[in-house]
Amino acid sequence: MAQKKLGKQTFKFSSNPIISSEAAVVGPMEGKGPLGEKYDMVLDNTFAGENTWEKAEQKMMQYSMELALEKKGFLPSDLDIYLAGDLLNQIISANFTARFLNTPFLGLYGACSTLIEGLCVAGILLDGGFVDRIGVSASSHHNTAERQYRYPTEQGTQRPMTAQWTVTGSGSFVVENSGSGVILTHATIGKINDMGISNANDMGSAMAPAAFDTIKAHLQDTGRKPDDYDLIVTGDLGLLGSNVLKEMMRREKISVDNITDCGTLVYSSNQDSHSGGSGCGCSAIVLSSHFMGKLLAGEYKKIFFVGTGALLSPITSFQGESIPSIAHGIVLEYMGGRQ
Amino acid sequence: MGNVTNGMTEEKIWKKVKQREKIMSRSTLLSNLQMSEYQNELQKEHQKALYWETKASGEEKIRFTNLRNEIEIQQMLLVKPKQEAYKAIANRLAPKQTVVKNTIMAFIFGGIICTIGQIINNLFLQGGLAVKEAATSTSVIMISLSAFLTGLGYYDELGKIAGAGTIVPITGFANSIVSSAMEFKREGYIYGVGARIFTVAGPVIVYGTSVSIVIGLIYYFIK
Repeated sequence: MAQKKLGKQTFKFSSNPIISSEAAVVGPMEGKGPLGEKYDMVLDNTFAGENTWEKAEQKMMQYSMELALEKKGFLPSDLDIYLAGDLLNQIISANFTARFLNTPFLGLYGACSTLIEGLCVAGILLDGGFVDRIGVSASSHHNTAERQYRYPTEQGTQRPMTAQWTVTGSGSFVVENSGSGVILTHATIGKINDMGISNANDMGSAMAPAAFDTIKAHLQDTGRKPDDYDLIVTGDLGLLGSNVLKEMMRREKISVDNITDCGTLVYSSNQDSHSGGSGCGCSAIVLSSHFMGKLLAGEYKKIFFVGTGALLSPITSFQGESIPSIAHGIVLEYMGGRQ
Repeated sequence: MGNVTNGMTEEKIWKKVKQREKIMSRSTLLSNLQMSEYQNELQKEHQKALYWETKASGEEKIRFTNLRNEIEIQQMLLVKPKQEAYKAIANRLAPKQTVVKNTIMAFIFGGIICTIGQIINNLFLQGGLAVKEAATSTSVIMISLSAFLTGLGYYDELGKIAGAGTIVPITGFANSIVSSAMEFKREGYIYGVGARIFTVAGPVIVYGTSVSIVIGLIYYFIK
């Protein structure tokens, strides 16, 4: 019998895996957004001094991890394992960053849920007593994602109002088995949900059922109510997806008062992002800058953070397949200020 | 552990960078021990410079950016000799390409394809077509044959043996277009066939046309 499992999908950590450091590196557009002041580093341009956007994205991921390490005075060699992922084919940003860091590495792919997938796995590895210190990163870049998933970046297409803007940014976290700050208490592993949405420009609607499913499973497994959390945060449902999620919850008579979404926080309404932000970087930078700050300041005590991923592939979408979606949740709890 | 990078200053790091620059330009292959020592040093300095950069602004920030770039260059240069040494070992063990055999096969099969073309051309001429028309008709027949064999799945088998012998003639060009069309049909007629039919042939068309224009201009002026 599994000792640390609650219900069907939730793990309860008996030790306290703790986020001891985090950092976010973002592109210029995100820097001008409402959270601009909170990021550790804002790039002057989307190339970050490189000649390709792919290299720029890799640099962002590497820098965010290095900054998170530097804040605690660690080196990459102090990490027992590195977990990372991004949106590009063969998760190249993560692979090249891991080459640079030269630590044992597990690559992750959960589309935009990658960061939370990473934190879930980190919690499991720490709670299982396999490691002492883990690095977790996730990144996305508007231009690398756009050219892989949709159109050439300079093509004059009109983006539909349902479309979301892929965030240029990377967030990294150092998770340890002791210390003080923000701890991970529960991880809820999501199931793939597919409601038949096949429009690559409407990922919010595709992901909302997955987020709903994971939130519902989490509440059932833990016996908690939404009000037990200061906030339930979703990764990148955007304006439309967030509204769909709230509608689904209302229909099942679940309270929606404390639901918010990183995709709606990352840009201001005059930044022309349409339905909000998306991408691995979206939840990564908003969590590491905005929500970690609020938790560490004691403003929030307990948050349920749900990373949402649309597992879109251009090949299967041209072949007429719909978009499978997934959502993983992690409970973050404030345990006293950092030393 | 903890605060390992304390006690570093900008000048100290610059000095280290210059020192390493001298040593790295002198010796080609560093010992493993020295290399990991350097890597460690560079990593510490890189993190520090990056961290300072995020805290600074204006001219100071530019200074730190330059320092970081300098360190990144050294990080890259450091592993180069080791990679080269490894490549030399791996290359020595790699099985050799059968260049002579490939060349002979390409010569024979390329020759056969051209002979078939010549026979068809002669038949057209015999049948009363003008020289220009006969050439065009021959191309059409050869392209159709190649496309047909590609569709049946024989051309790739032939290409395996013949190599450049089946790529270089016009039949190879036809094969590259038909095989792309077949491959991407699964993604639909617009994003699949339409978008990717010239994946292989595209560069040939673009640069073939461009070069022909240049050659045409040269010919026009020196005629």
